[in-house]
Formats: sequence, C-alpha cells, structure tokens
Amino acid sequence: MIEVRKLVKDFGPIRAVDGICFKVGKGEILGFLGPNGAGKSTTMKILTCFLPPTSGTAIVGEVDVRKDSLAVRRKVGYLPEGTPLYSDMDVLGFLRFVAEVRGFRGEEAAAAVDRVMASCRLERVRHQSIDTLSKGFRQRVGFAQAILHDPPVLILDEPTDGLDPNQKHEVRDLIKSMGKEKCIILSTHILEEVEAVCTRAIIIDRGRIVADETPEGLRRRSRQHGALQLLVEADGAAMENELAELDGVEKVTCEALDDSKLCRVRIYSSADSIPLQPVLDRLAGKKCPVREVTLLKGSLDEVFRSITRKEGAAA
Amino acid sequence: MKNFWVILKRELAAYFNSPIAYVFIIIFLMLSAGFTFFVSGFYDTNQADLRAFFSWHPWLYLFLIPSASMRLWAEERRSGTVELLLTLPVTLADVVLGKFVASWLFVGLALFLTFPMVFTVAYLGAPDGGVILAGYLGSFLMAGAYLAIGCAASALTRNQVVAFILAVVVSLLFVLVGFGVFTGILASFLPSGLLDLVAQLGFITHFDSIQRGVLDSRDLLYFLSVMGWMLAANVVILEARRGE
Repeated sequence: MIEVRKLVKDFGPIRAVDGICFKVGKGEILGFLGPNGAGKSTTMKILTCFLPPTSGTAIVGEVDVRKDSLAVRRKVGYLPEGTPLYSDMDVLGFLRFVAEVRGFRGEEAAAAVDRVMASCRLERVRHQSIDTLSKGFRQRVGFAQAILHDPPVLILDEPTDGLDPNQKHEVRDLIKSMGKEKCIILSTHILEEVEAVCTRAIIIDRGRIVADETPEGLRRRSRQHGALQLLVEADGAAMENELAELDGVEKVTCEALDDSKLCRVRIYSSADSIPLQPVLDRLAGKKCPVREVTLLKGSLDEVFRSITRKEGAAA
Repeated sequence: MKNFWVILKRELAAYFNSPIAYVFIIIFLMLSAGFTFFVSGFYDTNQADLRAFFSWHPWLYLFLIPSASMRLWAEERRSGTVELLLTLPVTLADVVLGKFVASWLFVGLALFLTFPMVFTVAYLGAPDGGVILAGYLGSFLMAGAYLAIGCAASALTRNQVVAFILAVVVSLLFVLVGFGVFTGILASFLPSGLLDLVAQLGFITHFDSIQRGVLDSRDLLYFLSVMGWMLAANVVILEARRGE
C-alpha cells in the first residue's frame, strides 16, 4: 500500500533522508524508530505530500506522491508531530472544518464527525475551545481528525508523545483496533510502544534504514537474547571459571549485588539452547543455592542503542 | 473550488473568534471619523462630499491593514497548523484565495460600517451618490491591494510582528510612489515620461482618480493586478518555504 523508492531529501547541504526503500502492506502497523533528527518526520512529511522529495519517490495507495499529491492526500490520514490544531476553534467546529475539506457535506459531515467523536471519546469536550483542552484531549482531537474520512493509510508522527500511561494505553488500543483494516505508519521514541503495537519496526539513523524487522526479530539481535540469568548465593569470581568450563557455554559474567551476598550470573551460550541442567547441577555440587532463574529476552533499548551508535561510529 | 468556500468560512470565523476583529473595526471607525472631522475639518470645507473622509484611507490602511493580514500565514507557521492544512486535500490556490478573500470581506465589513458618514453628508447637503459609491469601490479595491501585500508578507515569516513590518514597508513604497512630496523629489532627476510611469505604479494616483468618480478600467485593472501578482507571490513563497 505504501512503497518508498530510493527516497532522498536534502535541506540545503544537509541530507535528511538518504535513499530509503521499504514497502508496507494492508494490515501492517509499521513502527518508525530512530534518534532525533534521523529523518523519521521528514519521511512522513514526504509521504503526506507536505514536502516534495529531492529524488526518488513514494507510492501511496497506488498513487505517486510526485504525480498526484491531491489524490494521495485524500487517501491518507495524518497526525503531524506535536499535534498542531487551530486553537481558536472548538472541537466540533474544527472537526466539522476537516470533514468539509475532506468533501463531506451537511448530514454526511455531521455523521462523520459524530462517528469519530464517539470512537475517540470526545463528546465531553464537543463545544470546548481547543486551546483549553488537556494534552490527552488535544491528542485525541488530532487523532480524530486523521481518521475522520476512514483513510486506508494512516501516518502518525509520535502519536503518544506527552501522554500519561493511561492515555498512551488508550491511543495504542485505538491504533491496534484499526490496524487490521489499514496500513499504519507511526513514529515513536518509546521502544515498548513498538512491541505493544507494531507488527514491524524500521530503525532509521542518519537518513538510512539500519534495521527492518519484526519487534521480536529486533530483540533477537540483542546480545542478551537467550542468555540465562541466575541469582546465586556465591562468590562471583570463582563461579565464573567454574561455569565457563561447561559445554555450550560461551561466556559468563558475574556481578556481585551490593546489598546482599547474592551474585548475578549471566551465561551466554553459543548453542541454540542454554545448558540449563548442567549449570544447575554444577551449582548444586558447589552448594550454592539458586534464588532465581530468568531466560533473558533481550531489550529493544539495547538493540536500538547498539545499532544506532554503531552507525554513528562508522560515520 | 469547493474548498475555497470552506477555507473562506473558517478564516472569517477566525477573525471573529479573536478580539482582533473588534479591535480592528473600532479603531478603524474611530480613526477614520476622527481624521475626517478633526484633522481635515470636514465641516469647514462646506462641501457635501466625502473627499476628506476617503483621502485618509491610504494612510489608515497603511498601518491598519497589515495588522489584519499579519496573522494569516505567520500564525499557521508558528503553530504548525500549516502542516495540517497543506496535507489536507486542498490546492494552494484554494487556500491562498480563501484566506485572502476572507480578510478582504472582513475589511470590507469595517469599511461598510462607516455608512453613517454617508448619512451625515446626505443630511447636510445633496452629495453626488455616484461619486460616493465610486469612493467606496476605490477604497475597497485599494484595501484588497494592501491585503494581498500583507498576505504575501505574512507567508514569509513565522513571526507576526515581522510580517506586520514587512507589509507596512512594502505598502509604503506603493503609497509614496505617486504621492506629492515624493514625486517632487523624483521630478528633480527623472525625465517627465518616466516620472509619469513611476507615478502610475502608486496607489494614490489610482485611488484619487476612482474617488473623483471616474471609473477608468485602467484604475480597476491596476488594483486587481497588484492583488493578482501579490497572491501569486504568496503561492510561490509558500511553495518555496514549506519545510521551514
């Protein structure tokens, strides 16, 4: 539904987007990740026809953004970064305005506005002036505006930015509920959001795609992924050598915890599965009680940092 | 074209949703009456016409109209709503025209509210209705030209004060060209043929001739083409400075 082809965008001497290619289909919720200034927003602005690309192009719902920007804009719902809204209008008036620009008239417009007011739970602030709304409501108005015409493509630039955890949860549920019918791209800094909502994640750094995978796949890139973590009552240094001898163990790290005699042991394996039983047997042989066993999943934070920092160092 | 009306409606409502509209109208009415009666000595001239009233308009507009137009684009840029607006399925022409016409109607309303002036002269004497009508038409057209300059200036910046000053400076050029004192200075070194040409570029030359009751198509064309060029500049500026 969206196909980005070798997209390049320069701002003067600065190359903000550097030859990005990707495709997103219906039913996908794509998370756009990357450090600030990586080119996420710029890419989204090109997809929504706010900015023209320097070279390359994007096809949105079978229409080329360079050829027919009006047709693209009809198919896309867009929530710009920071949720700009006409603060002098009230919620009803604003949504009414968007509905009319989107081509709804009279009864039709009223019905469309009522529909999004219900799905974004805005009835309570119907006649409230936008500049008096709380951040959560503002965000919902921005969201309502984007889905008002039931677009096949939804582009959301940091949709949960500045919301409290409950509001974040609500917005995520809303996004997920629409994910099956639409093609959604959202950008975020919050990695847990990608896991909670997205079916796929793309990490951009310095205008280039450095990773394009499912959240699960990204996590698998983590060094921690599949590692075994134990909390053991023992002396760290001795333990390290002891366990490193075992078959299938590649590396062992031990870390004494401050407030107790406990020691956190992490065991990394070269094989597909960690030799859990031999490790436990060996510890039992040494009379070291094991308090806790965890199989680490790896954190997206760590993957994100390692990918984007590595690229930074190379440049 | 349908969207032109939607934009127009929103912009017009935006004027009245803020205090700008009321402040603008009140100040315009107070100043135009004040200048006419107290500075120009409306009663002393003993003439039943509105020349004293209209002759102040170029100067009132010079400072008042940029205050009505400065918000139009600068505010959209500052608050980021320009991104919202231009990613809706609207053409630039619809938006630029919609905003311009809304502001023109708004200023037109302020101008319309000076109608008690007409009753005053009608009460005092027997004015020539045609001349007064021509005066209003000329003033309205000239207001459009000022507004178009103000729109283009507003599109250049995200700061309303900068937009205001830019619009005043550019408008001042249009006023001074063809204004007596300034023409005198130019006459000292420009050949007379060129001087006429330069004078033809100013607001006052054309406004005066309409105000006299002579509806020359060249004067109408002049104001319409200033609007046309300035609005075209507005579109070009927006297109060029989208991302900033």
